Amino acid sequence: MQPDRLQERKTRWWFSLVWPVAALVLLLLFNLVFTQGFFHVEVRDGYLYGTLIDILNHGSMVILLSLGMALVIATGGVDLSVGAVMAIAGAVAAQLINMPNVPFALVIAGAIAVAIVCGCWNGLLVTIFKIQPIVATLILMVAGRGVAQLITGGQIITFTHPGLTYLGNGHCLGLPFPIVLALGMLGITVLLTRKTALGLFIESVGDNHIASACSGVDARSIKFLVYLFSGLCAGLAGLVAASNIKCADANHAGLFLELDAILAVVVGGTSLTGGRFYLVGAVVGALFIQTLTTTMYMRNVSADVAPVPKALAIIVVCLMQSPAFRQRLGWSWKRKPA
Amino acid sequence: MGIDTTPLLEIRKLSKSFPGVKALQEVDFIVRRGEVHALMGENGAGKSTLIKVLTGVYPRDEGMFRLDGAEIHPHSPKEAEWMGISTVYQEVNLIPQLSVAENICLGRQPSRFGLVRWRAVAERAKAALARVDLKIDVAQPLASYSIAIQQLTALARALDVSAKLLILDEPTSSLDEKEVEELFKVIRKLRAQGMGVVIVTHFLEQVYAISDRITVLRDGRLVGEYETAKLPRVELVSRMIGKELARMQKVQSEAGKEAAAAQGPPLLELRQFGRPGSIAPMDMTIAKGEIVGLAGLLGSGRTETARLIFGVDAAKSGEMRVDGKRVVFKSPRQAIREGFAFTPENRKVEGIIPHLSVRENIVLALQARQGVMRTLSARQQLQIAEEFIRLLGISTPGPEQPVMNLSGGNQQKVLLARWLVTQPRLLILDEPTRGIDVGAKAEIEKLIQSLRAKGMAILFISSELEEVVRDCQRVIVLRDRAKAGELTGNQINEETIMHTIAGHSHAA
Amino acid sequence: MRQRFGSKYIPLLATAFVMLALYTAGCGLYRNFFSLRVAVNLFGDNAFLGIAAVGATFVILSGGIDLSVGSVVAFTSILIAAMTGKWGLDPWLAMPLALLIGAAFGAGMGCLIQWFELPPFLVTLAGMFLARGLGFIVHPQALGIRHAFFLHLINEDLSLPLNAKVSWPFTATCYVLIFLLAMVVAHYTKFGRYIYALGGDEPSARLMGLPVARTKILLYTMSGFCSALAGLVYTFYTQSGNPASCVGLELDAIAAVVIGGTLLSGGAGFMAGTLMGVLILGLIQTLITFQGNLNTWWTRIVVGLLVLLFILLQNLIALATGRGRGSKAVGN
Repeated sequence: MQPDRLQERKTRWWFSLVWPVAALVLLLLFNLVFTQGFFHVEVRDGYLYGTLIDILNHGSMVILLSLGMALVIATGGVDLSVGAVMAIAGAVAAQLINMPNVPFALVIAGAIAVAIVCGCWNGLLVTIFKIQPIVATLILMVAGRGVAQLITGGQIITFTHPGLTYLGNGHCLGLPFPIVLALGMLGITVLLTRKTALGLFIESVGDNHIASACSGVDARSIKFLVYLFSGLCAGLAGLVAASNIKCADANHAGLFLELDAILAVVVGGTSLTGGRFYLVGAVVGALFIQTLTTTMYMRNVSADVAPVPKALAIIVVCLMQSPAFRQRLGWSWKRKPA
Repeated sequence: MGIDTTPLLEIRKLSKSFPGVKALQEVDFIVRRGEVHALMGENGAGKSTLIKVLTGVYPRDEGMFRLDGAEIHPHSPKEAEWMGISTVYQEVNLIPQLSVAENICLGRQPSRFGLVRWRAVAERAKAALARVDLKIDVAQPLASYSIAIQQLTALARALDVSAKLLILDEPTSSLDEKEVEELFKVIRKLRAQGMGVVIVTHFLEQVYAISDRITVLRDGRLVGEYETAKLPRVELVSRMIGKELARMQKVQSEAGKEAAAAQGPPLLELRQFGRPGSIAPMDMTIAKGEIVGLAGLLGSGRTETARLIFGVDAAKSGEMRVDGKRVVFKSPRQAIREGFAFTPENRKVEGIIPHLSVRENIVLALQARQGVMRTLSARQQLQIAEEFIRLLGISTPGPEQPVMNLSGGNQQKVLLARWLVTQPRLLILDEPTRGIDVGAKAEIEKLIQSLRAKGMAILFISSELEEVVRDCQRVIVLRDRAKAGELTGNQINEETIMHTIAGHSHAA
Repeated sequence: MRQRFGSKYIPLLATAFVMLALYTAGCGLYRNFFSLRVAVNLFGDNAFLGIAAVGATFVILSGGIDLSVGSVVAFTSILIAAMTGKWGLDPWLAMPLALLIGAAFGAGMGCLIQWFELPPFLVTLAGMFLARGLGFIVHPQALGIRHAFFLHLINEDLSLPLNAKVSWPFTATCYVLIFLLAMVVAHYTKFGRYIYALGGDEPSARLMGLPVARTKILLYTMSGFCSALAGLVYTFYTQSGNPASCVGLELDAIAAVVIGGTLLSGGAGFMAGTLMGVLILGLIQTLITFQGNLNTWWTRIVVGLLVLLFILLQNLIALATGRGRGSKAVGN
């Protein structure tokens, strides 16, 4: 009896991945046919190299962001400030690392702590001051880069500390470290949400806020927590971003990445109105976006034009998620309740 | 000038069905000129469907509408308005940030060369308000006035379009006594001017105060049309509930006889507990191992009482004591911590988490009480879910089915399961058997009795009098948002309950 | 406590206060602040932002949001530069064409939002990406405009000399004209009032029989048109088109609207407020330039804080007046 029921849950989970995986597979197939050397992977000096590895590497920042974003969107909100928080975290790390007598662990902890504070700021505005999430996070999005500039004093701060540069350039288990970090965070997030009741509460609050509160769920704390977590993810992504280019650039770090993160989450199957969230789906979505970007790069399409297919992807995904659209097409995906 | 006897509005054999439910079946409805006509009925009677079809929100399946002798086919609220049928909704449905004048004229503002003439707007608004005897500063935002005045503004807007027939949908729910009187003065004035007024309401006293005729619907059918002055209250109540006084079984409450034995110290005590707009201050006690019923017509305040007890709404007067000590609940979480549970009537909004599975919905409240860290394992959750699926006979392909795919009755059972899992001390059931088939109802009643025997206190709210009579040891009767009476022992039978609701033991 | 008389003007008064305070502070701190040049530049330099903010005001009044503004401004600028430059079109043909394209773009977004009930935030986000990319497809980098129309007519003939050294630029004239037109539309046309109704309570507006669908699509069309117009004024101002410019302009526009006292949830606000909001943004920028030492990134922080302040003010007012509505949902 029991193994069957548990199997039901697993089947449903696989089923939810169909669309994002199909999209990714289609894109990969396109490259298989039309792009030379796309799938070429080689081992040099004990490390893996190749286009696929590049995709994973560059995509790891969006993956990190999308983990936090998925939880925020699941509660019916959105976090537009993650790009700015990335810039702030990078700035803090760069400044701290260049100060004498500051232990490396403190540098990392400091950057993460500041990112978490940013997340708490958002959480406070949304839960206590009851400001709409899009507006509340918009404020930090606007002001955050200014704060990052404040920290760097308007300069681009470079650093050479091997510990810090390892984050973006080092290798672990043969793979670039950012990938390992991203996958590690995926694992942690999955544990956090599925092994505790947090996942259930988040989905419940996003799906029906009132009924959840009537059932005794502490909706306010849950909402606060997801913004805190989003800040944490942005902090990690910011460290990787800074480490990648070995400097903190407050103006450009994480620019537009919040939009990529939102797109990844939505492509991955999470609805913008909140409710069920799909972490692996979000990761697949992030990989899809990164593959799209890389495909265009390899086909000599200017990076500036890259936003166009992203825009079309957003529209297509939204239309598919929209009940009004499905109705007009005469599709009916859910049985009507009697 | 001869007296025109053509009815103002004539609806004949109106039928309307939705997938799976026959909302209206061959209903006749007639409103005369210069008449206030009350449209009444309990849950599922078809009142709001009738109004929506009449005002063009839904298309009709069958039936004929005649306004002033001419046949009409309204396809939208705007069309209906243009034909002379205006509606004022319970929710006011105006734009709060805009001025009173603008709200009245929006959509038909006097204009020249495409530009709105504000002075003309103000004049027109003042004239419209004069028809409802209201003189206020029309330049102020609507939200700066009380609900009563907002409603009169909505009324003024409805009248502004040369209305012949006025429909008022629950107009007095948010008004105090004085405001109700003001509104009635206006309605009487309109009646004197020859207008037909349809008023949908469930406040018994108000119906007898203002209406000339009453039409009662039940389960989508017409029960009858009556002259208010000639219809005794208790007859009205019996028509609405569907029980004929003469033929009622003298079913005595089995449970009632045990009442004397089961008394322990009260678990819950309410003293002059109330909230303006919800329920007038009332007293109530519930003891362990006791089932107390809350009876009354739709809108009498039963759900409101439950919400106050559970902490969804805050009481503004009186006090509540649990186990003798005073408590104030600011949220359901606090009530749940005291061991309270509440299955809401409005399950779509306050009950089910639609996209989550049956299993997740069932374990939610228990998990919420345990907190984030003390998780119920997957196996435990499954066990609980399957146990209750079996116990309550929940018809579902499996525990992983999203709850929104279940029928209404089964959703109700899921909600019941959610709260039974928490093993509460006080269980508040608001219409727990609505939508559930007869066989399952009996199971649930048996379950409730066994819970009582184990010491649970239960507040049982139901519109089905037989259930209330069968299962409750004490029955509190509500009428028009206030406590009308309390019945124990031999008093617990359908007849007495209906008389208590009606408020007059004999005659009109 | 009911809404007191004139409380809908409180945010507007607050905006005016902030604007005057900033101006007075500037005049007090710096010698050349109180000059014609500074005042004229406030209007001229921010004209394209101002026009974009006009479009944003309408959208926000209706309860929506438009994130595509900056991208459409950039797209229009490079389109005009390309049309009058490498494609050799006459400016009198190029300009209306560009405006038409902008309006059509807005109409497209409006249709998606209305017919398929997609969230405005996402649709205009896609619009932002699309317009940005299309701009680069038109021409991959900044393009100077050398057409006589722009160099002479706009720059010289149509600017009004005020004294020996300062003249009132045509861009500023455009801004003032558009602003006045917008005020009339918002407060004196039925269409404008429908926009307010939409933002105030959309379901009620529907029940009141207002043309909700038509109004929604039209107002996004108008927003696209305003963004294109802002792009046109941008070409007047910079004598060039640049597909990479105006990144984040939509945020500045939204900031100007919020600081101007318009409720982000829609339904209440004044065009005049947005004008003051734009001037405030300009004043902050000017103050920082005069200071010389502070870096321009302080603008971002101050703007962010001002937006927060005004939102809190709006929330406070809403709380204090209780909005006169009845039902209550569960707490949390």
